[in-house]
Amino acid sequence: MTALEQVRKRAEADAKTYGYYLTPQPDLLQGFLEGLKINEDRYGYPLCPCRLASGKFEYDRDIICPCDYRDPDVAQYGACYCRLYVNKEVYESKNLPEVPERRPLEKQARAYGIEAPKQAPPQGTQEKPPVPAPATTQAEKAKPEVKKKLWYCKQCGYVVFREDPPYICPICKAKREMFAEIESKVEFNG
Amino acid sequence: MEFSKVSSKKNNHKVTVYALSTCVWCKLTKQFLNENEISYEFVDVDLLDEEDKQKVRQTITSKGGSLTYPTTIIDNKVVITGFRKDKLKEALEI
Repeated sequence: MTALEQVRKRAEADAKTYGYYLTPQPDLLQGFLEGLKINEDRYGYPLCPCRLASGKFEYDRDIICPCDYRDPDVAQYGACYCRLYVNKEVYESKNLPEVPERRPLEKQARAYGIEAPKQAPPQGTQEKPPVPAPATTQAEKAKPEVKKKLWYCKQCGYVVFREDPPYICPICKAKREMFAEIESKVEFNG
Repeated sequence: MEFSKVSSKKNNHKVTVYALSTCVWCKLTKQFLNENEISYEFVDVDLLDEEDKQKVRQTITSKGGSLTYPTTIIDNKVVITGFRKDKLKEALEI
């Protein structure tokens, strides 16, 4: 069992490291932390409480809190998708912005074993449904693998072994474009 | 798949909430409907088995919604993504 206090301290420490704040509304904050705790007990990792897990670590990797989308979301909207992490301006104003889902549809489709919808991701509320997106069940067949690669930040040298490079370098805040793949070759002789 | 039904005074719309049991915004959506005495049904998708999760995804995407929670479907046609008081009020005429 994960202690709620432990989840809170971890979030507070992470916010401090990155210069963020935790949501200014105490009841919301309590709800986020409880959700994280439930998910950690349930899946073994603190999955985003606002998103649906696949239960498979490799497919859920990008939505483990703090998720891959937090930094670009805070930079663009002032808050992460859940609005657990916010910037100073949002913290002080207490006005939480609407934050659309940044997670690419392909990642959702892969995690849930469905065909990726072909339309553009809907932004915010939709009142009139467009052409219905296909949701063909391809559950257990042809699940694409997660191919991890080594990436390095050309600005500060930070190295990460992940499927994709981060949106923002956690060390020097360089953008994703500053990351390059490290090509490694292993030869077996004899 | 079993929906939990919440009965209240106002029944003039069919309201279905697809929620997550861990999600604060889903809880607030339910709370908002309770406070406004709207009858609705809901399901916590994270607690369903794989087969039912798949059915939920098909239902949401077939109505043009995105696979995010909460998703509220009103009268089988209006899809509201996220906890949006303004959109809920408009669709429910409250």
